Amino acid sequence: MGELLQDIEQWRLPLGRWVAQFVDWLTETFPAFFEFLTNVLLGAYEALADLFTWPPDVVMILILGVLGLLARGWKFGIGGTAALFLISLLNLWEPAMETLALIVGSVVIATVLAIPVGIAAARSDVVSNAVRPVLDFMQTMPPLVYLIPAIFFFGVGVVPGLIATIVFAMPPGVRLTELGIRQVDQEVVEAGHAFGSSPGEILRQIQIPLARPTIMAGVNQVIMLALSMVVLAGFVGAPGLGQEVLSALSRVEIGPGAEAGLSVVILAIYLDRVTAALGTRSGTSGRLAKLKGRLAKAK
Amino acid sequence: MAAIRAEGLYKVFGRRPDDVVRQLRDGASTEEVAAQGATPAVIDVGFEVQPGEIFVVMGLSGSGKSTLIRMLNGLLTPSAGHVHVGGRDVAELDAKSLRQLRSEEMSMVFQHFALLPHRTVLENAAYALKIRGFDKEARDKKGRDALNLVGLSGWEDKLPGQLSGGMKQRVGLARALAAETDIMLMDEAFSALDPLIRREMQDQLIDLQKRLDKTIVFITHDLNEAMRLGDRIAMMRAGRIVQIGTSEEILREPANDYVAEFVKDVDRTRVLTAASVMEPVSSPAASTDDSHGGYDTVAADTLLADVFAMTDRRPLPLAVVDGDNQTLGVIREQHLLHAMVSADAGQDREQEASHG
Ligand SMILES: Nc1ncnc2c1ncn2[C@@H]1O[C@H](COP(=O)(O)OP(=O)(O)OP(=O)(O)O)[C@@H](O)[C@H]1O
Ligand SMILES: [Mg+2]
Repeated sequence: MGELLQDIEQWRLPLGRWVAQFVDWLTETFPAFFEFLTNVLLGAYEALADLFTWPPDVVMILILGVLGLLARGWKFGIGGTAALFLISLLNLWEPAMETLALIVGSVVIATVLAIPVGIAAARSDVVSNAVRPVLDFMQTMPPLVYLIPAIFFFGVGVVPGLIATIVFAMPPGVRLTELGIRQVDQEVVEAGHAFGSSPGEILRQIQIPLARPTIMAGVNQVIMLALSMVVLAGFVGAPGLGQEVLSALSRVEIGPGAEAGLSVVILAIYLDRVTAALGTRSGTSGRLAKLKGRLAKAK
Repeated sequence: MAAIRAEGLYKVFGRRPDDVVRQLRDGASTEEVAAQGATPAVIDVGFEVQPGEIFVVMGLSGSGKSTLIRMLNGLLTPSAGHVHVGGRDVAELDAKSLRQLRSEEMSMVFQHFALLPHRTVLENAAYALKIRGFDKEARDKKGRDALNLVGLSGWEDKLPGQLSGGMKQRVGLARALAAETDIMLMDEAFSALDPLIRREMQDQLIDLQKRLDKTIVFITHDLNEAMRLGDRIAMMRAGRIVQIGTSEEILREPANDYVAEFVKDVDRTRVLTAASVMEPVSSPAASTDDSHGGYDTVAADTLLADVFAMTDRRPLPLAVVDGDNQTLGVIREQHLLHAMVSADAGQDREQEASHG
């Protein structure tokens, strides 16, 4: 009896082992799938990174500066350009662009996955109830934990970093898309039905346009989360500012750490402000229209 | 054939609607089922709307008017009962035929406007035509015509957010008019308008209806409006229709205290006609008498307000005549006075007894 109690005390649920076994089984059973995914993601990243590092630093900074100007106006355009220039002065432009490539890649994929799921969840309570715990899981799992299976499936480097970032950053995209669509004035949706619109037309012509500010707030959140994760992805060998932070950390050097950290902050604020502006009506389109008007007048 | 026929319609919000309908059919009261957490919004409603008719549904806030009108075009599915439009059971249409019915045969004006906030006024007005696949030119033309009709020319390129409540309401009206459907469902379409525009829109609706011969279901909580517009009026109370009839029928013979209470505030002189208050002539011989008994004459469909206005020129009694100058009856002073007081309490109780 005493022995049995002792046994029970020492026994623990081998959950970790099961997960590890499951991961093993997946990699062994679907090697082609993981290889394919790796190639696609790696290809996408490299194309983006090449694109962003192709123009000379100054040109790229000016391009980003003009984008900022279109999105938010003169003050932000000038301030943004100056701040980005600072990254270049710190000699961190290339890793910053690698980080940008990681972010753009993971955010595009996360958004492309998140919005349809959010739409499905908004239209069906069953889907919504099924998706919610998964999102909770994705969001509350400590981000570093993602990196472990990611390495397992995809080895070290860009791809596990991308995958972990996508998983970590996706949930607010889904949640805010669902919220945005559910919040659309029900009577306006009814009006769509009353005049004979099909569900697809209602989605495209009424629900998505009216939910756009909320959906864009979700995309903005996705970008912010991606930024925080992409730095952690340095741990699994993903390139970019994360590598700089990591090397400063491993050598306990305050100076380079602060420089890399500041570059991340600048990139984060720039992306946040620009994408936030896209969500509002007076964002790009409004300002572009104004600019066009001004140009027309000048002529 | 009736344009719209509703039969034993029920709509119960909340849990187990089928069960609640059964209980209501077995005579349970609204309070009893409400205690179970169900809201019976429409209870055992039946009526027919004839082509070319303006059928008004009148009732207080919360009496189930909006719920009822939403079942007519299938925005809400009845808990029990049937709606037939043009002979087809709305609940039995497949998705495609239902969409077709809504876009080609019945349009709707919403109580709270329900305009698309991200589209311009013109795009809103032409929305139904866009759904139906008209090209831009045709859409814009019909949209402009409809906006013109409701007095909103010049506002085409504004967004709904830039308009006042009354103007939004008129855009909603234009949107329904531009659809050019035979049936129009209008949920408190004029309640957001100020009195002057409201009257103008009422006149316009009557005029439009004369010209285009539409079938209109019009919801209002204003009895004066109901009597002005309605060929027939259905009085709703707590989900049930308590009386259906013409303005005069409702005014002269309110089915119960509830209706009588409503009718109190109505300007009776603008509803009742000479024919409805006269004392009919007894003998057929008298009706063919060309001298009309020596009295001045008044046409049968003259409103009492106009009869009063002419009494200073033509002394009472007056002979009421039809289109062929045949005497139908006589109006004496006591008839006019009697018409002005609402049906007295004793008569009311009698009717309660006979209806309940
Ligand atoms: N979607 C819904 N869910 C639950 N209850 C509802 C719903 N829609 C309406 N009701 C209830 O049904 C009843 C009738 O509502 P309805 O909107 O039809 O009234 P109404 O006559 O149009 O009132 P008003 O003049 O204020 O517009 C109300 O008690 C309301 O609370
Ligand atoms: Mg209503």
